[in-house]
Amino acid sequence: MIWQQVQSLAGSYPLALRGLGMTVVLSLISLVLGTLLGFGLGILRTGGNRLISAAIGAWVDLIRGTPFLVQIFLIFFILPELGIELDAFTAGIIALTNLAACFICEIVAAGIRSVPTGQVEAALASGLSRSQRMRQVVLPQAMRIVLPPLVGQYVLLIKDSSVVSAIGLTDLTRVGWLVVQRVPNGLLVFFLVGLGYFIVCYPLIMLARRLEQRMGAAHGEVQL
Amino acid sequence: MLENFSFRTIVEYLPLFGQGLVTTVWLSLISFAGALAVGIVLSAMNLQRGWLFRVPAKAYIDAVRATPLLAQLYFLYFGLPRLGFVLPELVVGILALSLNSGAYVAEIIRAGILSIPRGQVEAGVASGMTYVQRMRLVILPQAFKVTIPPLLGQAIVLVKDSALLSLISVAELTRAGQLLASDRFMPAEGFITIAAFYLLLYYCLKGLAALSGRWLGLQPARSST
Repeated sequence: MIWQQVQSLAGSYPLALRGLGMTVVLSLISLVLGTLLGFGLGILRTGGNRLISAAIGAWVDLIRGTPFLVQIFLIFFILPELGIELDAFTAGIIALTNLAACFICEIVAAGIRSVPTGQVEAALASGLSRSQRMRQVVLPQAMRIVLPPLVGQYVLLIKDSSVVSAIGLTDLTRVGWLVVQRVPNGLLVFFLVGLGYFIVCYPLIMLARRLEQRMGAAHGEVQL
Repeated sequence: MLENFSFRTIVEYLPLFGQGLVTTVWLSLISFAGALAVGIVLSAMNLQRGWLFRVPAKAYIDAVRATPLLAQLYFLYFGLPRLGFVLPELVVGILALSLNSGAYVAEIIRAGILSIPRGQVEAGVASGMTYVQRMRLVILPQAFKVTIPPLLGQAIVLVKDSALLSLISVAELTRAGQLLASDRFMPAEGFITIAAFYLLLYYCLKGLAALSGRWLGLQPARSST
């Protein structure tokens, strides 16, 4: 019986590969877009303009305060009512990119704020332009603070991409859901699904941990 | 643009939303209590010097952190009946949330304990305290303080995560929105309303986190996710 199930599972490996591919593509696209957008928003958030900063802060709060599933439903079902037709894939990308951008914005803003004001003043005194200050003085120092949580955020993003299965995208989680209808062994099927995510996410978790230690944020270990 | 937005329908469905909100709140509370229990046990195991308890705890925490909650939820939902446990969806959901959040809580507690300066432990040893005394009188009271704000952050994550239970048809807040969306073909009304309710819960917990930080004399809560 188990052997039959394993055979049946082995037969659905093309589906599984497609699901894994979908998860990777979704995550990768929204990861790149979200990072670019997040850095832009983070720089604007810490820039001088109070109005822009407050607007970004309010939007970030809206996104942080609502479940991702609800955000996906809002985008997928309501944008068409506003006359913007979009398929599930685009809706998924928009939702994930927006989510990533909001979290990365806060990470970047925290990094920029951590750079001592003396550094900015020194750059001003040296006659550097605004963009030079940002590019050559502030951001390189902020990266020390930004990098570890940024990698952690990527892990969250990959995991959150599983939620897009709710609007019918055939990602890894959805494949598990489809397969379990045929092969009634939820433990085995979702163990394998979990394994797929684990293989992608675990190295990133290790990387985040290593970065955290390297960047000197680690506390002295206590022997208990 | 949304000119047909019907507040009347929202008012009509308000009892349903109310029920959903109440369900979301209490199932989150139970799950959070469960997560605390799981987290305390895991972090105690994780802080042992011997590998017998430490290795399984670490493996569990890593496995939970590297996989999505939705996959974990389906694992229990489709997997438990196979082991002979046929449980109501609500129980499966609470179980999944507790087991998932428990791993994160364990990390928060561990970080809190490790944040106590080494000198404190050494002072305890020098005063002739036993391990249990050091833990109870020196380390835990101090660690407790630092863990409160991140624990509230985890509570926020848990409340939002509970929306996923709607996918195994638990009648919570998101499910109420889905019902309005599908019964009346009014997704805007349904999902905007539940988003507002979730925001309400979010701001309550966020306010609580800020207050607790001030009461405990800590810096503003570091927001986690």
